Amino acid sequence: MPENRTGAQIMCEALIREGVDVMFGVPGGAIMPFYFAMWEYREQLRHVLCRHEQGAGHAAEGYARSTGRIGVCIGTSGPGVTNLVTPIADAMMDSTPLLAICGQVSSTVLGRDAFQETDITGITMPITKHNYLVKRAEDLPYVFKEAIHIATTGRPGPVLIDITKDAMQKSVVPNWDFKLNLPGYKPNYHGNRKQIREALRLLAHAKKPLIIAGNGVVMSGASDELRIFAEKLRVPVITTLHGIGSIPESHPLNLGMPGMHGWVHSNKAIQECDVLFNIGGRFDDRVTGKASTFAPHAKVIHVDIDPSEIGKNVKVTVPIVGDARNVLLALLEDMPSQDELSQLHGHASDWMEHIRDLQDKHQGKQQYKNRSATENMTLPPHDVYDALNATMAKNGNYVLVTDVGQHQMWAAQLLDFNAGPRTHITSGGAATMGFSVPAALGVAVAHPEKTVWVVCGDGGFQMTNQEMATIIQEGIKNVKVMVINNGYLGMVRQWQELFENKRYSGTPLSGPNFAKLAEAYYWKGITVERTADVQTAIDEALATDGPVLIDFQVEREVNVFPMVPQNKSIGEMIESEA
Amino acid sequence: MRKHTIVALVQDQPGVLTRVAGLIRRRGYNIESLAVGHSEQPEISRLTIVVESEDVEQVTKQLYRLIEVIKVSDVTFDPTVEREMVVIKLHAPSATRHEIVSMCGVFEAKIVDVGTTTMIIEMTGTPSKVENFIEVVRPYGVKEMMRTGRIAMVRGVRGHNAGEYVEQANGNGVASSVN
Repeated sequence: MPENRTGAQIMCEALIREGVDVMFGVPGGAIMPFYFAMWEYREQLRHVLCRHEQGAGHAAEGYARSTGRIGVCIGTSGPGVTNLVTPIADAMMDSTPLLAICGQVSSTVLGRDAFQETDITGITMPITKHNYLVKRAEDLPYVFKEAIHIATTGRPGPVLIDITKDAMQKSVVPNWDFKLNLPGYKPNYHGNRKQIREALRLLAHAKKPLIIAGNGVVMSGASDELRIFAEKLRVPVITTLHGIGSIPESHPLNLGMPGMHGWVHSNKAIQECDVLFNIGGRFDDRVTGKASTFAPHAKVIHVDIDPSEIGKNVKVTVPIVGDARNVLLALLEDMPSQDELSQLHGHASDWMEHIRDLQDKHQGKQQYKNRSATENMTLPPHDVYDALNATMAKNGNYVLVTDVGQHQMWAAQLLDFNAGPRTHITSGGAATMGFSVPAALGVAVAHPEKTVWVVCGDGGFQMTNQEMATIIQEGIKNVKVMVINNGYLGMVRQWQELFENKRYSGTPLSGPNFAKLAEAYYWKGITVERTADVQTAIDEALATDGPVLIDFQVEREVNVFPMVPQNKSIGEMIESEA
Repeated sequence: MRKHTIVALVQDQPGVLTRVAGLIRRRGYNIESLAVGHSEQPEISRLTIVVESEDVEQVTKQLYRLIEVIKVSDVTFDPTVEREMVVIKLHAPSATRHEIVSMCGVFEAKIVDVGTTTMIIEMTGTPSKVENFIEVVRPYGVKEMMRTGRIAMVRGVRGHNAGEYVEQANGNGVASSVN
């Protein structure tokens, strides 16, 4: 006898069938039937109650980005789901598999401006990979299956399901026996073999070849393949913000980050290279600078699973639509002949030497750390990164989450990510301030055994710090927050300093006593004002069996260099204070 | 900017037109006309979109990102049959009625309603012929007008057979009730 289930029970079972075991959310009127049902399934489906839906969304993103699995967040109709809009947009920009489950008013009052009614499918149409409004309990098994399939396959992204309250309440016999009906959705995982050979031919005859590794390498789990490919060809690798971790920072072929706050030698290498092989990066404008001046001498090979990314911003010679890992495997199968390889290797050492020369000459990483401009400061922010680097080198079992702004760029520039992919979690495309604390919550739920370092600014921290309470309520102990507190919305202030004659309009920012605030949330709070205390504080945070916040009261007006002014060529960098 | 004629097959589901129109708007392309209706298969609708764009390849690639979009082609340079229909209510007192009727004969337009001082005329043809007809009758006094927008079909064996995509579309019974 087939058993009846309420729509809400079907939702729970559909999630369990897809391997979901944790969800982040906030209940409310329209979603109550789901919470009612969830209680029965609590052994299989953990619910993490967040303090704000934005926190729930970012937590689900942190969970997804650090695991590669789908992140699930929940909000009720009206303001509940509109609070999810920011994390959904963030997930769209950074291709994060996210499922947003929303309660909607009953179908009987839908469209009549009912209490807490919002057209969330209409609102999120441009910022989801796909979305659904479900009004019948019978449709739930199919819709959940299809939604999770779409969110996690091809180029991943956020999918939203809006379910009317009566659909959740209605009792039906669920039908789990169906085939997905997606005639218009067939992601291409295997790159065209002819194009792959053409890419190899170009690389084999290049004198100054260069690889850009983006988020696609991390998401497809292609780190090993990328490293082997780069080693076999001896081609240097530039990692975009989201490509960080795809190849170890310590690898001799790794050149670091390109773009607006990338290294001079990375950007110059791009401007000089003759073949540019971009795998899984989308030529974001923060990478390319003024796109028409980008890589002027290069034949560009672009590997992306999303055909619409190819040729969107940069003209491409060899387009390859496919999954980064599959394409790299095919590239490795079809390696050039020994003869061609030895030719390439001959050029490669000259090219690499040239780039390392550039690095020595310009404000390379090492030089940047040995800065002289910061000598008179009590606590230059760089000292925090130096100490954290030392700790990360000793304790490789970490994930580092950053927020958005100056501290984020310093983290990308100065920290040595050698712990593999999915250990650098940040908001890139949308650059959502307030991302880090809730995202760290999601990371910590997924990785209770790892230290979850959070580096954030005092501005972004104050946007979502209420999730500190969630972290305590969930008994999470492995989150260690480091506030790079400069009393400004620092990146905007930097632009005001450099381009707007120091008119600090709307950027000076006061905060609470962050250490005391942490203590109010039952965290450990530490305040650091001098370089001498930095390492001790970080060590203490690591040794503490519980969440810790360190308020690093750093020098207030320090800029992130190098920097490419907006819409300038990446060849024109500001390298230091004028 | 060049005008392009795009033909698209889409799953016939609520919201799909909003998705297509919204995408074209937010990516910064101008829609000159958009005609939508059933194809030869009940589950699949067919759109003809006329857009202004420097980079029509991006338009089609972006349209493909929509889950319900099955097939998109720019048929601007293909041999096609293109048609548009216009229905015009003209000011037509007895003095000019005769002239209008003979003009309709030249354009193979149909008179579908005659009132005391008005006439409704239906005319179908290539977009340029429709344009031409409107210009010719405009001096009589256009009281109302509605154009359908362009529809296009590629000549010969090549084209957009919705049937090719239907077998998969029969997989479940709930699709049509899902947004």
